[in-house]
Amino acid sequence: MLNSDAFDLRKYVSRNSQSVAVWIALFALIAFGLLRYDNFGGAYNVSSFLNYNSMFIVISMGMCFVIITGGIDLSVGSVAAFTSVVAAYLSPYGLEVALPLAVLVGVAFGALNAFCIIVLRIPPFIATLATMLGAKGGALVISGASTIAVDWGSNFTRMGMEKVFNLFPWSIVIVAIVGVFLWIILETTSLGRTILAIGGGEDASTLMGLKVNRAKALVYLISGGCAGLAGVILASGFGAGQPLEGIAWELSAIASVVVGGTLLTGGLGSIPATVAGALLLGLVFNILNFENGRGTISFSAYWQMVIRGGFLFAVILFQSRMTKGRKAKGATA
Amino acid sequence: MTTLLEMNAIRKAFNGVAALSGASIAIERGEVHALIGQNGAGKSTMIKVLTGVYHRDGGTILFNGAESVLTTPREAQATGIATIYQELNLVPLRSVTENVMLGYEPKRLGTFINWREAHRRTREILMRFGIDIDVKMPLGSYSTAIQQLVAIARAVSLDAKLVIMDEPTSSLDASEVKVLFGVVRGLRDAGVSVLYVSHFLDELFEICDRVTTMRDGQTVGCVKLAETTKLELIAGMLGRDPDEIAQAGMTEFGGGAAKQGEVLLTAQDIATGPRLSKFDMTLHRGEIVGLGGLLGAGRTEAARALFGVDALTRGKITLKGAGAPNSPAEAIRAGLGFLTEDRKAEGIIPGMSVRENLTLALLPKLTRNGQIDRARERQLVQKYIDALGIKTADMEQPIRELSGGNQQKVLLARWLANEPDILILDEPTRGVDVGAKREIQMIIRDYVDRGFGVVLISSEFEELVEGADRIVVLNEGRSIGELKNPGITEHKLVQALAHTDEVTA
Repeated sequence: MLNSDAFDLRKYVSRNSQSVAVWIALFALIAFGLLRYDNFGGAYNVSSFLNYNSMFIVISMGMCFVIITGGIDLSVGSVAAFTSVVAAYLSPYGLEVALPLAVLVGVAFGALNAFCIIVLRIPPFIATLATMLGAKGGALVISGASTIAVDWGSNFTRMGMEKVFNLFPWSIVIVAIVGVFLWIILETTSLGRTILAIGGGEDASTLMGLKVNRAKALVYLISGGCAGLAGVILASGFGAGQPLEGIAWELSAIASVVVGGTLLTGGLGSIPATVAGALLLGLVFNILNFENGRGTISFSAYWQMVIRGGFLFAVILFQSRMTKGRKAKGATA
Repeated sequence: MTTLLEMNAIRKAFNGVAALSGASIAIERGEVHALIGQNGAGKSTMIKVLTGVYHRDGGTILFNGAESVLTTPREAQATGIATIYQELNLVPLRSVTENVMLGYEPKRLGTFINWREAHRRTREILMRFGIDIDVKMPLGSYSTAIQQLVAIARAVSLDAKLVIMDEPTSSLDASEVKVLFGVVRGLRDAGVSVLYVSHFLDELFEICDRVTTMRDGQTVGCVKLAETTKLELIAGMLGRDPDEIAQAGMTEFGGGAAKQGEVLLTAQDIATGPRLSKFDMTLHRGEIVGLGGLLGAGRTEAARALFGVDALTRGKITLKGAGAPNSPAEAIRAGLGFLTEDRKAEGIIPGMSVRENLTLALLPKLTRNGQIDRARERQLVQKYIDALGIKTADMEQPIRELSGGNQQKVLLARWLANEPDILILDEPTRGVDVGAKREIQMIIRDYVDRGFGVVLISSEFEELVEGADRIVVLNEGRSIGELKNPGITEHKLVQALAHTDEVTA
């Protein structure tokens, strides 16, 4: 699908230079982990790392689309919690029923967001904040505020428990397929170009005859669907619908997107860099766990959060320094 | 008179590319001094060197008798150099008083702002300029002209010795320009010098004493305006022979020669709101119809109505025999194009490349099965870069890095590539240097000669008078007459406008 004329890796890298920092940091951390810990590259660590982080990767990708248009979606964490409960209830009917229906519920929340933002003209921050509270309450209501066990007799838990090539859990395989699909949409279709244009200038885009409202609605549907998928992965990976999960997931997703070089003001962004951002944030935890395992030093979970915050700050600082240099050069060209 | 500012042999390079190579300017006390030159001639670099935004590589600056070593704009302000930027750097949501007094508020007990005194002083300062407004209202609730005057008032209240104005009239209408000129004259009489940067040459003759012309980073001349002509100034900016330009005519349009074809568009008695209350026009194939009028006469509103941006409250638009479009997307499908006036807000997508900007409106035609045909896209973009002489490193360069004239050419190419039957151009040459302007005008005439129709809006009467085949004259949201070329002169157009003023008064 990416014919050779359309895709030039060197140009792609140079045009996405704002995300160079995240790739450098990611590869540095991987190299560090591989050199320092024996089991870091082992099948168990790789597959459990990917399984757990597939949820964050998929909601970050949806968030990336929203942020590129200059919007925000705060509801993703609550929607994932809600759909994990829905998926758990539907698990007796099998994955082929539970997965699409739970994703559809996520899309429905996205549609609600899109309706509030586009038709009622409520700012995205407020509209999705309301949906976040609503979905969270809804998840507690339909679950009776307790975890809902999935049906272990059906094929539902295969998604989170079984692996392809004994290494990649089904969850990450599905997320990877979704990711490639979203990447192609953003980079090669007129819908993707429209989404980027809206973030760069909404009025200009409207006057050019672009279907601005349709594209804006779609990004919230995509984000909702991604949150729905994250909910399914959550339920199948932990064997239960989790109405209390998903807290601050939206912030992790925003952090991943920002670390990946996407501007919060919109108009710029990349799916691979967002995935790299999500992996990077996950790796920091992973490495701290290994460090605790060595027994030399021990960080509590609280300190781990502090360290992750500091790391995030350092990457963003590095990245903004790099973009600044690039801008100054560009201004005089 | 003594010299206030002397900049001598200023050099400044960015990454080895010289932006200024021996530029000089000298400004007397109490003088209004114009600075002109094409885009990229080095005017803004010169100003930024003076105000401490850039650090010069060589040359000397003497200000007020002392060697100037400014390193920040704040220091420049403190020594008496105030800059009024094109994009106003004020706080529109706060009151007029706060904007004038910000950072210098009168205090009680050295801590608490004395608002009564602040309002009183602000009123006093503004009254000196003949502006009588409620200073407690948010600045943003006033017109651009008033905001600009408030910016000037702030500068003057800070004891500026030199006020730099960068394209001060580009968003003002004729009466507001008059008020501004009054203020400029007031400054001059008070012994304040003004450095006046403008593309509108006619203004210079009205308001300025001397003019310095720049070309390619160097100063090419400094003359008294009373001793020069417009033609000589243009020749100086372009580096060409005045006679050659005189022969070619001032603009490249040559209106009035067009053969009218079939009717493309008619607007009958249309209205969209208070700013467009009664508008009629007809456009044929092969002609340029100008919309003449002052700022706020309803020209842009008329264009928006034709393009389906604003809904009609009355009247009827007929497009090639069919009905009117209800949205820009529909208008484009029906064969319309609209080059908007506000290039920054409604035209370019700054972060996108030249290629992406050029093909945005074309995407439906370039898309197959949802995928953009990149090969065809490249081919098309290259064709227009060559045809319009767009100066860009390559098609992947972000459009924000291009000069104003080249940005405008990309936007023009965006519509030309779509081959609309009707192209609406709102101020197509505003803020564009003289060379690019002539090229854009030639492109437009060439397009019309191929059998398409153009609706042209321009605040420069010269461009309208020479370029349009017919001019629909607008005043206060109503079309009030029509002039036909050949035979239109600026004088006749002004008369047509002036006549209505008497009628409506």
